[in-house]
Amino acid sequence: MKSAGLRLVRTQAFRIVLLYALLFALSVTALLGFTYWNTRRTLDAQADQIIQAEITGLNEQYQRLGWQGLYESVVNRSTNAGQALYLLADGSHRRIAGNLDVWPSSVAADSGNYIEFDYERRVNNLPETRRARGEVFRLEGGGFFLLVAEDVHDRDLTQHMFTTTLPWTVGLILLLGLAGGALMSQNMLSRLDSINRTTGEIIAGDLTRRVPVTQARDEFDLLAENLNRMLDRIERLMKGLREVTDSVAHDLRTPLNRLRQRLEQSQARLLSSGQDAGEMDRAIAETDRLIATFNALLLIAETDAGTGRQAMTVLELDGVARDVAELYEPLADEKGIHLRLESRPGALIEGNRSLVAQALANLVDNAIKYTPTGGQATITVAQQNEGVELVVADTGPGIPAADRPRVVERFVRLEASRSSPGTGLGLSLVAAVAHFHGTQLKLEDNRPGLKAALTFSRASKTAPIRSAMAAE
Amino acid sequence: MRILVVEDDIEAQRYLVQGLKESGHVVDEAGDGEVGLSLALSRPYDIAIVDRMLPKMDGLGVVAEMREHGNSTPVLFLSALSEVDDRVKGLKAGGDDYLTKPYAFVELLARIDALMRRRTPAGVKTQLQVGDLELDLLTRAATRSGQEIELQPREFRLLEYLMRHANQVVTRTMLLESVWEYHFDPQTNVIDVHISRLRAKIDKGFEGQLLHTVRGAGYMIRAAAA
Repeated sequence: MKSAGLRLVRTQAFRIVLLYALLFALSVTALLGFTYWNTRRTLDAQADQIIQAEITGLNEQYQRLGWQGLYESVVNRSTNAGQALYLLADGSHRRIAGNLDVWPSSVAADSGNYIEFDYERRVNNLPETRRARGEVFRLEGGGFFLLVAEDVHDRDLTQHMFTTTLPWTVGLILLLGLAGGALMSQNMLSRLDSINRTTGEIIAGDLTRRVPVTQARDEFDLLAENLNRMLDRIERLMKGLREVTDSVAHDLRTPLNRLRQRLEQSQARLLSSGQDAGEMDRAIAETDRLIATFNALLLIAETDAGTGRQAMTVLELDGVARDVAELYEPLADEKGIHLRLESRPGALIEGNRSLVAQALANLVDNAIKYTPTGGQATITVAQQNEGVELVVADTGPGIPAADRPRVVERFVRLEASRSSPGTGLGLSLVAAVAHFHGTQLKLEDNRPGLKAALTFSRASKTAPIRSAMAAE
Repeated sequence: MRILVVEDDIEAQRYLVQGLKESGHVVDEAGDGEVGLSLALSRPYDIAIVDRMLPKMDGLGVVAEMREHGNSTPVLFLSALSEVDDRVKGLKAGGDDYLTKPYAFVELLARIDALMRRRTPAGVKTQLQVGDLELDLLTRAATRSGQEIELQPREFRLLEYLMRHANQVVTRTMLLESVWEYHFDPQTNVIDVHISRLRAKIDKGFEGQLLHTVRGAGYMIRAAAA
């Protein structure tokens, strides 16, 4: 369950939707922030304008009617003030008139313009602290101060609303984004899963499978249709290739068969009439070499094309390594080469037993062939992160780095090995077998010697099935 | 022995029939699948040699039909097709052995002998004997002239196979397929080295050679002519 959730989160669709949700949340935050900032600026400017007008008005009264006029104006305006606040105070900030009871402690006489302060006010007979914005005005020629202010409680309420709403809005957007992402990626995943399932089955060898096409006619269906068209083509090509290999096999094997039979007949005739059949023996041996080369070429072609995947089973690599080591041990011994096996049971791979054995045999045969007497050849089967690694290492002359890519090509034989027997197809076949198993033959320097490695993918944990060969 | 040969390549068929007759067998031949099937179903044969690709009815079909009708004649497939899974297909379809063309005639003969031997089991044997060489399959002990011979497990299986097919030619491919249970080309003649090791153990220092090399064919174990 956890892995399924993880898989959902890892999808491209989920990431895109989440990214969009994040971007959206960011722009909503920016937008709301700007609106808030602008609203506040406008409200403040409005308040400041009113205050400015009040001060101008009161100043006029003072200029015209003197101290008494000002006092009456302040008392008058204070009685039905609305949001406006007035406080006329003496030099030591003691109240003379106005609807503010005390001079706010946070306001100094020379605070100047646009100061904000808290004040106490009775609302429904309960004391309440509210915020106000105002200006202190010093009356000319007297030690008196006039504080004119506007209550900005409503502005603060608006501000409060903004600051409390924003996190919820962003949270909600992210939540919706997450849910939408999950839904979208779930949908995409199910479509992709069906494509992946089909391609998996095709890779496993069933070329007749096709990707299902839905009624939706969307881009996935377009992809599915294109994939299917491609598969039709691949299937036709594979079938064609198969037919070609089969007919090449048939058309060349039939005359080769007749040739060998005639040689055998002639040999029998010579022997029965008491003549020397040495020439015939050599002709038969030469024909057999030709047949061996032809068989190897055909096997490479077939293996390279990946036909015959049905012959894949779960097999224990350790068992194959043990068998091949045991098969070649006397040969190595005879040449004075120490053949070692480093392997433990339990390495299950998906493979064709016969082909894996053939590839390993080719590598071991090469190792024994090219390692001088007293040397060592080692077969290693090791569990790695990427799969099960099969390594054949020797202490022979090795292959120069520049020649390594070339030696797996068909019929390529290096100068140093031209004198020894062989078809020049051994490593090509190993490379083809690697390809057949979805891996690659890696040739490395063993310092000194050659190290040839194949990494097979691990089989899913099912009981090992012995291949059909063993069941005979 | 009565042998049925179903092969459409006339020249190959003629050669096969002639070779088998020279080896003392009675042979019937058919040039296509349908004739082959009707012969196989109407007459008793000890063995049928069937080509995989035949006109009218292909080799797999012939054998599948034969098995369908309860006919259990051992079948040896001959095939000029490519190998990777045709071999498996052939054996699954009811074939008892599979030989790829071109083949050596001795290989074919050896395989026919082995198939016949398989068909007439002489009861469950626990003891094999060739001359003064004895192999106890229960205690896994080998003795020659009463003298115990130490054998590795694979050497034991190799000797067991040879002794089960005593007086018959056994080819290298047959040994690789039966004793090692692999079907591939081992490049070098690795089997020869195993045989010479075995020979050193069972023949060296004893009167009369038992394990013989048959030139151009393989090996044979047989008691020294008395």
